[in-house]
Amino acid sequence: MTEPSTSQATPQPSGQESVFASVDEVVERLAGAGYLASNAVATTVFLADRLGKPLLVEGPAGVGKTELARAMAAATDSELIRLQCYEGIDESRALYEWNHASQLLRITAAKDENWDATREHVFSEEFLLSRPLLTAIRNEHPTVLLIDEIDKADVEVEGLLLEVLGDFQVTVPELGTITATRRPLVVLTSNATRELSEALKRRCLFLHLDFPPAELERDIVTLRVPELDRELAASLVRVVGALRELELRKSPSIAESVDWARTLLALGAETLDEEVVRATLGVILKYETDQRKALSELRLDRVLSPTDGAATVAAGTASPGHVSPGSTVS
Amino acid sequence: MTAHAVAGRLVTFAHALREHGIAVGTGETVDAAAAAEAVGFADRERLREALSASVLRGAAQRPVFDGVFDLYFPAAHGTSETTVDEPATPAQLRDQLLDALVSGDDARVRALAATGIDLFGGYGAAGQSGQGGQGAPGGEGGQGGEGAQGNAGAAGGSGSAAPRLSGWSAYQALSEVRPQALRARLRDAIREARDDGLDGASAEALADREATAGIAAFTDHVRAEARRRTAELRGRDRVAQYAVAPQTDLVSFTSATAEQFADMRRAAAPLSRKLATRLAARRRRATRGRIDLRRTVRRSLGTGGVPMRPVMRRRRPGRPELVLLCDLSGSVAGFAQFTLLLTQALSDQFSKVRSFAFVSRTDEITELVRAGRDEPEHLAERIVSEAALTKVGMSSDYDGALQTFADGWGDVLGPRTSVLVLGDGRTNGAPPNLTALREIAGRARHVYWLNPERESSWGTGDSEAYRYAREVPMFECRTIRQLSRLVTRLLPE
Repeated sequence: MTEPSTSQATPQPSGQESVFASVDEVVERLAGAGYLASNAVATTVFLADRLGKPLLVEGPAGVGKTELARAMAAATDSELIRLQCYEGIDESRALYEWNHASQLLRITAAKDENWDATREHVFSEEFLLSRPLLTAIRNEHPTVLLIDEIDKADVEVEGLLLEVLGDFQVTVPELGTITATRRPLVVLTSNATRELSEALKRRCLFLHLDFPPAELERDIVTLRVPELDRELAASLVRVVGALRELELRKSPSIAESVDWARTLLALGAETLDEEVVRATLGVILKYETDQRKALSELRLDRVLSPTDGAATVAAGTASPGHVSPGSTVS
Repeated sequence: MTAHAVAGRLVTFAHALREHGIAVGTGETVDAAAAAEAVGFADRERLREALSASVLRGAAQRPVFDGVFDLYFPAAHGTSETTVDEPATPAQLRDQLLDALVSGDDARVRALAATGIDLFGGYGAAGQSGQGGQGAPGGEGGQGGEGAQGNAGAAGGSGSAAPRLSGWSAYQALSEVRPQALRARLRDAIREARDDGLDGASAEALADREATAGIAAFTDHVRAEARRRTAELRGRDRVAQYAVAPQTDLVSFTSATAEQFADMRRAAAPLSRKLATRLAARRRRATRGRIDLRRTVRRSLGTGGVPMRPVMRRRRPGRPELVLLCDLSGSVAGFAQFTLLLTQALSDQFSKVRSFAFVSRTDEITELVRAGRDEPEHLAERIVSEAALTKVGMSSDYDGALQTFADGWGDVLGPRTSVLVLGDGRTNGAPPNLTALREIAGRARHVYWLNPERESSWGTGDSEAYRYAREVPMFECRTIRQLSRLVTRLLPE
């Protein structure tokens, strides 16, 4: 940041080659990995690679945050190293840990060795248990480091990440400082259940992933469930889009659209008629109140709507197998 | 643009963002420049994404960012962002809009919005009422702006006396084009075009929703276009000050529109999650650090009297009872409604939440609010119609309200109860009934008053805010941001 002019000569401070040459190439290669990237996603991924900054992806559950990291790894032929965060995760789970048990065994085994030699040996690579962050930094092959659900971790972990993500180095007191030989591409995901610290956010590129526009989602569904009829996919995406407009407790996500598509395929549904929607609504809406609301908004709750009723009656009178009109209106 | 001009534009852009409450430091501006350089200026949408990635810190900032971006990096100067073969009358424009919306061609919709502004949106000396034939002066005005764009601020900013246009009005254009008139036709056309398995009422409902959304999108485009052109005419820094809508958490409760309230309701659930984690974290911290001497000594017996592992004193998790007392009259209702939803969503942080509402008398609404969690749209209206809040009229009477609460529900208050009073303290001339408030304050553990009015207008007119503030602590609570800060500060201790 102090020497902005250097960014032109060497895009990355470590002098590492960028993986992607242009935004279009990002789109292409992510598509090759089975991820259809919107303009925003492609541009931000391109920048993350070019500027060597971590990428913070925020958004509701199920819009493909983790999937993006996976696709980036596949597109760049990198190894994906994943750190799943949870409440109470600490240094020894995220960074490294000494293998105490083995160290003790080593010490007891070497009874007559002098202490200096033992110490030398005990604090060597052999007894260092490398956790995801250190693994990613030491990896000599191209790496995508995924730090998943960072908002679940405690604030202290963010402090730890500042060093790792700022300089891509880790200091182990007994061994010295380990610096990344290759800078990994870093992706952090967050569901925004809590505010991340300003310091961490400032070091990252921010990307908000939201539900995609209809065409893109249709393409995603077709890509994931290729056997599904294209028209059916289109009407499925339409219904999901309409549901997202409602004020629901949990809006259906892309993952749920794909699930729904699989369900329809498994049921062998040809079209998305009201019967099918009503029967399978549970796949996309997970709260009972949401379902009730969706049914009433999409007017699926009535067994027979007045117009349908009239039509049935008309058909009933016309058909040879005559049924009395009164009995059809149940 | 030369490198210098680009840097200058980025810096003024950052300034404009700062003025709208997005903290953009020098570091971010430098990052933005690096990002812009990497992506290039050829593709405007990519430039937009690149800048947003390096500058923004949260999704809530995005609409503000987009508004400011459109002002500072317009797609084109002058007449329109994208040109179309011009329709000349509102009817023609509507027809073309219909086609564009049915085929889902967003670029085309945007172009039509530009055309609409072009033909009917100009006002001032020339474009009084832009009926078809008078479209031409509007176009010229725009081109004039293009010629003078270098110092548009100087030329147009001072120019109420300027002979040409003095601005572009989205309102005027929209009332001419009347996109709402399309709704029924659009719905039918969409039904026609999207031929899928759904039929009958539900297909109707679906198409209806899509038609509404399409028209809303068009309206937004028209507004954005009008803003952009007015910016050219008057200087963008001035327009940026008022033309970009503020972030949801900075919208004042008392002046929010229906749409803004819908946004707020959507923000309530994530906000409550955030507040809950914050409260839980604080409670966790509060249990650290105090040693329980007796138990530490007892445990040390196992290690020969050496206290190897100290025992911390465990605090009882304090889960207070919360009582909300809400003014639901007139303009305060929106604020009360939001707060009710928020506390309902936070209810697992309290051992009990009870809600009361009043206009001129108080009634309990706990059940109504609980049910309202699933259908938050018309909560305030439902409460007003279903609970007995008033004998006559809809103007608030704090005298009667506080009295009925103190008389009827005095027993809900206890040493573990925190009371939040939500209201503006405007008594409509009735006595403030400080005695009842004192009685409430005496029984409860805490009473806090949250006032949705600006502190400078407390005590003006019929407001008794200062007299109430002397009895119980009163806080200004005009926006979601203030509310969430207060909730964390005041609640579970």
